[in-house]
Amino acid sequence: MRPVAVIGVGMTKFGELWEKSFRQLVAEAGLEAVRDAGIPGEKIDAMYVGSMSAGRLIGQEHLGPLAVDEAGLAHTHMPSVRVEAADASGGAAFRQALLAVASGAHDVAVVGGAEKMTDVIDQEQINTLATAADQEWEAFFGATYPSLWAMMAQKHMHDYGTTREQLAMVAVKNHLHGSMNSKAAYGSVIDAKTVLGSPMVSDPLRLFDSASNVDGAAAVVIADLETAKRLNPHPVLIKGSGSATDTLALHDRHSLTELAATRIAAERAYKMAGLKPADMQFAEVHDCFTIAEVMAIEDLGFVKKGEGGKAVESGMTGLKGKLPVNPSGGLKARGHPPGATGIAQIAELVWQLRGTAGQRQVQGAKRGLAHNVGGSGASAYVHILEGL
Amino acid sequence: MTQGPRFWRSIDQRYNLEGVKCGNCGQAIFPARTLCPTCRHLSVGKLAPFQMSGAGTVESFTVVHSPPNGFELQAPYVMAIVKLAEGPKLTAQIVDVDNADMRVGMPVHKVFRRINQDGEGGVIHYGYKFSARPVRGQGAKGQAPMPVEGPRGSHRSPGAPGRLG
Repeated sequence: MRPVAVIGVGMTKFGELWEKSFRQLVAEAGLEAVRDAGIPGEKIDAMYVGSMSAGRLIGQEHLGPLAVDEAGLAHTHMPSVRVEAADASGGAAFRQALLAVASGAHDVAVVGGAEKMTDVIDQEQINTLATAADQEWEAFFGATYPSLWAMMAQKHMHDYGTTREQLAMVAVKNHLHGSMNSKAAYGSVIDAKTVLGSPMVSDPLRLFDSASNVDGAAAVVIADLETAKRLNPHPVLIKGSGSATDTLALHDRHSLTELAATRIAAERAYKMAGLKPADMQFAEVHDCFTIAEVMAIEDLGFVKKGEGGKAVESGMTGLKGKLPVNPSGGLKARGHPPGATGIAQIAELVWQLRGTAGQRQVQGAKRGLAHNVGGSGASAYVHILEGL
Repeated sequence: MTQGPRFWRSIDQRYNLEGVKCGNCGQAIFPARTLCPTCRHLSVGKLAPFQMSGAGTVESFTVVHSPPNGFELQAPYVMAIVKLAEGPKLTAQIVDVDNADMRVGMPVHKVFRRINQDGEGGVIHYGYKFSARPVRGQGAKGQAPMPVEGPRGSHRSPGAPGRLG
């Protein structure tokens, strides 16, 4: 496989974007990415679109050609396909594009991720998210997507003494980071009291432990390193990529306090990159709930199993800490349009590694890791990027 | 709304906690699968129906305050991951308990209950929940502690399916 780099990134503002349609969001993010790369549309060899549930949320499938068409590139007849892995759809699409370019099948590919959540009412959002779980053996009996993460939180607190306050600190930190990101859905700074006093969703997880589902799209342009250097002055190298799956139902896993898919996807990405956790200067992790970030920093190898809560409490994961986690604000503050999240994470890595992240810039960032999870952890994607 | 057959196919499993046992490795499996995940092709033709006793313990739990469609009237309710005495784990509601009394490791046993309803006047779905109420006169080892508990109260309607354990 040949080396591949990111040469352009784009992202819409995330939020309740009532006035914008799915296809407008796709076009807006894609245009920004292609402009950032500085290439004409005809240079693109293929597109990949990550989306969790457009068929349910807006009644639209067949998103591959939709993206090409909306970009005004239907005349190129380029190949384009939609990739689905629940809320890891963005990470999954990125990996598929990476494999295609690394293999030599394509030289330049655009990967988009998008979701339009707010065209349906809250209840339908809940039902849609539950489709990432096992419909017949979890959701049928009343399990919701938050309830699965809540059971992981309960067990993590039971086994390792992780505290409610430590979980709240994840949300507080990510909102602080998000307040420095003009594209984040939620720019407000919050305190632990806000989290601990917010309505209960699924005990022990409250509303402010949960990432909100919003509208948004993100896109990146990737190319083989040779082409990348020719087209763009600031390519960011994709050093490692790993993906893994696990049982669809949470109850069939060996452990409720780790995501084996994350651990194994990370091992694969580190191996490909020839790097270890300590070589990362920052990470964008999948904090769909506060407990998810605590477990992620353990499963990605940054701290030992069971010590994630303490690490958050120590300030290690803050912007000025040893390993800033979610400098973008994460899913919590940036907002979580399921299909777009994995691509938005890659965009943040690129901004950080180019040194253009502004107020939330991680000082001395040479390498960063992106971690995207599908559902309760049946899919995980880990990517490691390095500035050149 | 989903068509009926999708639910009929699962009746033995959801009503009676019937799984399968692998004739190759002896592992109890719930819900029934096409292949034993340990033996895979070696298990073809060797998976025999197997009745779980219904006894289990709580591995972890949560109280759902924000319910999906069809569960609005039940919230807040307890969901748990239950490890069955025979080994398999499953996700189910816990009943007959004060939510505040829930504990990891708590013993529970299977009961038969109404799960939800597909909208107003829609199909009523039945299946297992797990009760935390202590069992009186527990049976001999390996037997179901409470093999049959029929639908109660308003659930005992003429429309209720008749296939109880």
